Amino acid sequence: MDILVLPRKDLIVFICFAVVVLAMPIWLTPFGAAYPGLMQKFVIFALFAVGYNILFGLTGYLSFGHAAFLGVGSYTAVWSFKLLTMDVLPALVLAVVLSGIFSLAIGYVSLRRSGIYFSILTLAFAQMCYNLAYSVLTPITNGETSLQLSRLDARVVDAAFGVVRGERLPSPSLFGVELGGHAGFYLCAVVLLVAFFVAQKVFNSPFGMMLKAIKSNQTRMSYTGFNTRPYALAAFVISGMYAGLAGGLLAVTDPLAGAERMQWTASGEVVLMTILGGVGTLIGPVIGAWLIKYLENIFSAFNDAMLHRTFSFLPDGLQDGVVAVASKFVGEGWHLTLGLVFMLVVIFLPGGIMEGARRIRMAFGQRSGSAPQTKPDPVPAE
Amino acid sequence: MSDSKRVITRRQVIRTGMAGILATGVAPLVLSRNSWAQDKNFCNNPDSKSSVTLGFNMPLTGAYADEGADEQRAFELAVEHLNGGGDGGMIPTFSSKTLKGNGILGKKVAFVTGDTQTKADAARDSARRMIERDGAVMISGGSSSGVAIAVQGLCQEMGVLFMAALTHSNDTTGKDKKRYGFRHFFNAYQSGIAIAPTLAKAYGKDRVAYHLTADYTWGWTQEESMKNATEALGWKTLTPVRTPVGAGDFSQYITPVLSSGADVLILNHYGFDMVNSLTQAVQFGLRDKQVNGKQFEIVVPLVSDLMAKGAGAAMKGIYGTSNWDWQLQDAGSQAFTKSFGAKYGQPPSQAAHTSYVQTLLYADACERAGTFYPPEVIKSLEDYDFDGLGNGPTTYRGSDHQCFKDVLVVQGKESPANPFDLLEVVDTASKDSVTYDPAIFGGELGPYEPNKCT
Repeated sequence: MDILVLPRKDLIVFICFAVVVLAMPIWLTPFGAAYPGLMQKFVIFALFAVGYNILFGLTGYLSFGHAAFLGVGSYTAVWSFKLLTMDVLPALVLAVVLSGIFSLAIGYVSLRRSGIYFSILTLAFAQMCYNLAYSVLTPITNGETSLQLSRLDARVVDAAFGVVRGERLPSPSLFGVELGGHAGFYLCAVVLLVAFFVAQKVFNSPFGMMLKAIKSNQTRMSYTGFNTRPYALAAFVISGMYAGLAGGLLAVTDPLAGAERMQWTASGEVVLMTILGGVGTLIGPVIGAWLIKYLENIFSAFNDAMLHRTFSFLPDGLQDGVVAVASKFVGEGWHLTLGLVFMLVVIFLPGGIMEGARRIRMAFGQRSGSAPQTKPDPVPAE
Repeated sequence: MSDSKRVITRRQVIRTGMAGILATGVAPLVLSRNSWAQDKNFCNNPDSKSSVTLGFNMPLTGAYADEGADEQRAFELAVEHLNGGGDGGMIPTFSSKTLKGNGILGKKVAFVTGDTQTKADAARDSARRMIERDGAVMISGGSSSGVAIAVQGLCQEMGVLFMAALTHSNDTTGKDKKRYGFRHFFNAYQSGIAIAPTLAKAYGKDRVAYHLTADYTWGWTQEESMKNATEALGWKTLTPVRTPVGAGDFSQYITPVLSSGADVLILNHYGFDMVNSLTQAVQFGLRDKQVNGKQFEIVVPLVSDLMAKGAGAAMKGIYGTSNWDWQLQDAGSQAFTKSFGAKYGQPPSQAAHTSYVQTLLYADACERAGTFYPPEVIKSLEDYDFDGLGNGPTTYRGSDHQCFKDVLVVQGKESPANPFDLLEVVDTASKDSVTYDPAIFGGELGPYEPNKCT
């Protein structure tokens, strides 16, 4: 059973990661983020970023259209809830399959080009998907109003098993266990751990090695007789399926699918997450996702009254001044904070937060004998 | 890889993994369950706390940001008045005398805010934060019907009351109505009924209308309502054109209007979208044209002071409807305008008014019910008649949770006396004339019993 075996170093990473993820309700409490809604988002977007990193981190193909697959996953899952059953398994499987098909089609076309042309192609496809969802396919997507469940939906499988239609809206369940709040979070967490494990396997596999080779020098790969496109396409589809799974989980934790999930800003967000955390590292994108979701949900909720309370130890005049400045960076100004953090990271830590962590480790002289995870971008030889 | 001595078998992975899951996963579950402990079985029961938290969820960014900012001002003012601060605003004029300025049921009112970004996803995230983390017992806000409907659905699931602020779509209290959702604002159907006689008088009964419609639930229902109301007058309607929310530039949509043969343009737009589309339509010279031998006209079925301010001169002479106007002369409106003006230096918009009123109505309903238990609060709001909140005698209908009251028909003023004197009330459609059968929109409210907090 080689398939379930990890090298010792990776196993330690995996176990640490599992502990961190599952203990979220404890260590997030001091940050004011330990409520199910946000923890679910943390875990789901970590999953999205880990999958995205398989494409961007390994092959170097910068896709600007991954939100499309996220949206496809969400719509599929909600339709599965509406038409088939409230059980999450079919919803997630269908979400992964359908987003896989979408990514196969889009990847097949887009991967004929590389570099900026590839990015623009994926962006164009994603924007097409968004516009279709927003205004053309409104019978399927319900446009701007978002697709929601209704008590009177068909749910043929549930009906066949004799589930009685209750008086209130049913919620998604796993084998009869309802998945609100913490239960939903733990389901997402387990899915993330499995997906993280798979990503670790991909990074270590010969297939992963091929992808890294594509990133370092695709031309040379072709000259040595490898056809690189199937590998790149496989990476594209895998990451698209990750995105679909993340989209499906979004619908599981909150059964609603809106078109804005597919907008280009959402595609850009996952790129930011990956770059912020560290491209090509396993943990980096996860940290990037958490940071961005934290800023988006917690910073955007600060208002002036809260700031006044925070700075109440300052003298009155100074307090007003500090609050006036600080209020520009919180509330609706959280994008400004994100932009600053992003600039600082890109300028001083081009390898993302993971590079920062590595530098700190180096500074303390703890060379554990293992090679650092982030290698600087390979310089093309010759 | 596999012949290294340090390989750990699958069995070991599973064993350590399970231990980890048990140790870290179950412990917080057990711990956190207790934190939801409740005497009465409902979400965020504030009985054991000294204060009660309300959650205000507004668009602070995006196409409806102006309205959101004004709603926030009104919410803060309402909380101040409920806690006994300021001059009390509409509390003295309100027909119900339960509010004493000592909070709600003796508990001080605290509030939390969030930005909906005019996106359903972001709005639900924000509402969940306020419910799950901050312990809000009521969510209010809106400004986009799409968002309001999404949040209303969430609130029904969580068992927390949603007092919708600005949302004008028929669906909010129509096909998407919910037991836990209440709307004080009027809707598109009422706009259509109210404005039709004025349009017939001003523009005649032989007109061809061209609709530009914001492409979501509010736009769709307003377009439908306006179409029905104007076709009943004898107008013809051309195929409507849908525009994305927040489009910014509407020139590509306005150019075809001229060659379409229409002589009236109906703009089913709101917020910055309406400001942009109206300004551009006027700049393109639509109002100077003669079509079919008649003067070309523009109608904006839903207008507010904020939009009139944004559109400036383009708004002059344009007809629309409003839920409320600060220049109304009744005691409630005057009191509210006075205390809002004293605090913020500008008159309140209709968005601010409905937000303020909804907060007061919730507080009053809790007082009359004597509890925060949602089913009781809901029952005290259903079929409740009140007065003194600026709209005259008003009824909260129990069968769809829609408020019924007079609807104002307004026109952009030709020569404003001051920078805030932008709209003129030209007609009032009586409460009876805008009352309709709830069955025409379908939908169902759902159960009273709250879901358990998860």
